[in-house]
Amino acid sequence: MSADSVINFVDAVAVYNEYPALAGVTLNVERNEIVLLQGPNGAGKSTLLRACAGLMPVIRGTANVLGFDLTVDRESVRERVGLLGHQNGLFGELTIAENVSFWSTVVGASPQERTSAMERMAIDGKLASRRVSELSAGQKRRCALACLVVRRAELWLLDEPHAGLDAKGRDEIDRIVKEAAASGATVVVASHEIERAQQLATRTVSLVAGQVRDSQ
Amino acid sequence: MSTEAQTFKGVGTPATRMYGLMAIVALGWVLLGGLIFTPEDAVQGDAVRIMYVHVPTAWIAYLAFIVTGVASACWMIGRKHSLGFDRVAGASAEVGVVFMAMTLLSGSLWGRITWGTFWVWDPRLTTTAFMFVTYIGYLAVRGLGGTAQQRARRSSVIALLAVLEIPLVHFSVVMWRSLHQRATVLSPDGDIKMDGLMLFTLLFGVFGFSVLFAWLVSHRQRIMAMQDARQTSALDVAVAERLKEAQA
Amino acid sequence: MSMSVSRIARAVAAKDLRIELRSRVVSNQVLPFSGLVMIMFAFALDNDDVLQRVAGGLVWLATLFSLFILVQRTFAVETYDGALDSLRVAGVNPQGIFIGKSVALFVQLLVLESVLFVAAVVLYRVNVNGSGVVLLVTCVLCATAGLAFVGTLYGGLTAGARGRETLLPLLLLPVVAPVLICATRATESAFRSGGVTVGEGWPWVGVLAVFAAVFGLGGLLSFGSLIEE
Repeated sequence: MSADSVINFVDAVAVYNEYPALAGVTLNVERNEIVLLQGPNGAGKSTLLRACAGLMPVIRGTANVLGFDLTVDRESVRERVGLLGHQNGLFGELTIAENVSFWSTVVGASPQERTSAMERMAIDGKLASRRVSELSAGQKRRCALACLVVRRAELWLLDEPHAGLDAKGRDEIDRIVKEAAASGATVVVASHEIERAQQLATRTVSLVAGQVRDSQ
Repeated sequence: MSTEAQTFKGVGTPATRMYGLMAIVALGWVLLGGLIFTPEDAVQGDAVRIMYVHVPTAWIAYLAFIVTGVASACWMIGRKHSLGFDRVAGASAEVGVVFMAMTLLSGSLWGRITWGTFWVWDPRLTTTAFMFVTYIGYLAVRGLGGTAQQRARRSSVIALLAVLEIPLVHFSVVMWRSLHQRATVLSPDGDIKMDGLMLFTLLFGVFGFSVLFAWLVSHRQRIMAMQDARQTSALDVAVAERLKEAQA
Repeated sequence: MSMSVSRIARAVAAKDLRIELRSRVVSNQVLPFSGLVMIMFAFALDNDDVLQRVAGGLVWLATLFSLFILVQRTFAVETYDGALDSLRVAGVNPQGIFIGKSVALFVQLLVLESVLFVAAVVLYRVNVNGSGVVLLVTCVLCATAGLAFVGTLYGGLTAGARGRETLLPLLLLPVVAPVLICATRATESAFRSGGVTVGEGWPWVGVLAVFAAVFGLGGLLSFGSLIEE
């Protein structure tokens, strides 16, 4: 494991309801990489991302993320990792501005960081004052990403970020991912969108039946 | 798969067989003594014999509560978070719930026979009823699933919160019942004059039931350890199958 | 860098209260429900003297029934779009979340109880004056704090996964029993029901304060473990 290794899993096993969603994952991701995680449904992509975020226990093998040993302590790593799962983690009755403001406050971001995050997600003042429950899937996704950006995470874990978005929305996701990597973050994207994501990623990792099959 | 092929030898050891025997002997004496050898009470008559079951089971109910609390604290404090403590906590709760039910039933019957009512708002009985429901909740939380450590973490917190809650309940009920002067008279074991044999049988009953409790808990927690071990080997099998899936 | 617990708590409490103001679940659903419960008690008990005598208990019973709905609502807000998970992943200090949600629940409970006490005065014809008011207000504040802490704590455990919500009443009712016993006795003292003096109510308030302190501290220490997967 080099000093620049952001994710280092060796034969990691993670269970969900007694089923080994990860059956021995060996994976190494270096700093500033953009990794595409692909594989069929049920391969364990979501589980792998959640395990990297310290949300799921890894019960066997080695699992180091950003220098933290997840088999011992999976809570300290969370501050430095950002996960965008299938759900957006937003509050429907609040506006975009209020959602981003809430997340900025609880993670200690400054007002400038908050405005800059909304700008990066191309959220203008008019959109920001609309309630999240009234938005389209793509707009909700952008709001969720703004809440993620404001956290200045070193490792971004995005689970199917393009899902439910139109072409314009998908382009914006790609732009955001590239910007994040350019500003020093490491990004792992789980996606079915193989062609699009291959333009985006520096490396592709294929996950099948809870193990890494190959990576290019 | 190979674990099934091993002959099942049972969870007993020489030590548990010894105190299992002690429990049988002690409880045998309590049965004989309680039903035959001890005299009946001047006031209550033969009804007093329920005391030989009711008082020890109440004592065990409280003991189980303490054991679960202490074991949960031990799990939490130890740096290794040894699962053995969690299993003892769970086993003690399961056995304890049964004894709590027995306490409530015997107390209820006793009240019915001596005072004509199935229930008295006696602080001890009321607190035992609360303990009973609280521990049913604790066992439900234990059944929520997840890995053994996840289960242990949740359960130990709930058990320690119960340790905070039960004394508060008891204290509130005592204060409450003290408003109603009649309650102290209604406590069934309030005015029994105990002669030597009755006292001995009662204490021997406490001893016998305690040994029974220890026997039940040690067996139950060994079975739990085996269940955990089987879950681990089932996991090995599942992992191997999933690895084969990838080859296919 | 981690944020201070008080900032997190303030943000969470403000967020919860703002959501309630927008969605109006408490005012449009819970308050009518609890008002109805008070009326149902009158139907069931059908005796003005009895109602006046037990009014204190009925108010707190109606509060407890509504507590379940309030607790489930406050966590439904978090689990609907996975916000609680996001809070965990972001490494937000769970103590801040606990305090924030308890404060919001406290405020909602206070609103509920105020309406219930007005209903008791109107429907059950109780009255409060002088030192009784001081006792009643103190009792309500202490009892509500205890209920808010306990509701948030056990609500956090039972939030989310299917089949868990049904655990909430089973876990919560035994724990809130001391609050019911003590708050009812103190309230009866404040109402001077059945000849009880106001002075006799204060020891009960003492127990309520201890309960709130115990579960406030206990909750601070354990909330993080209970919302964890």
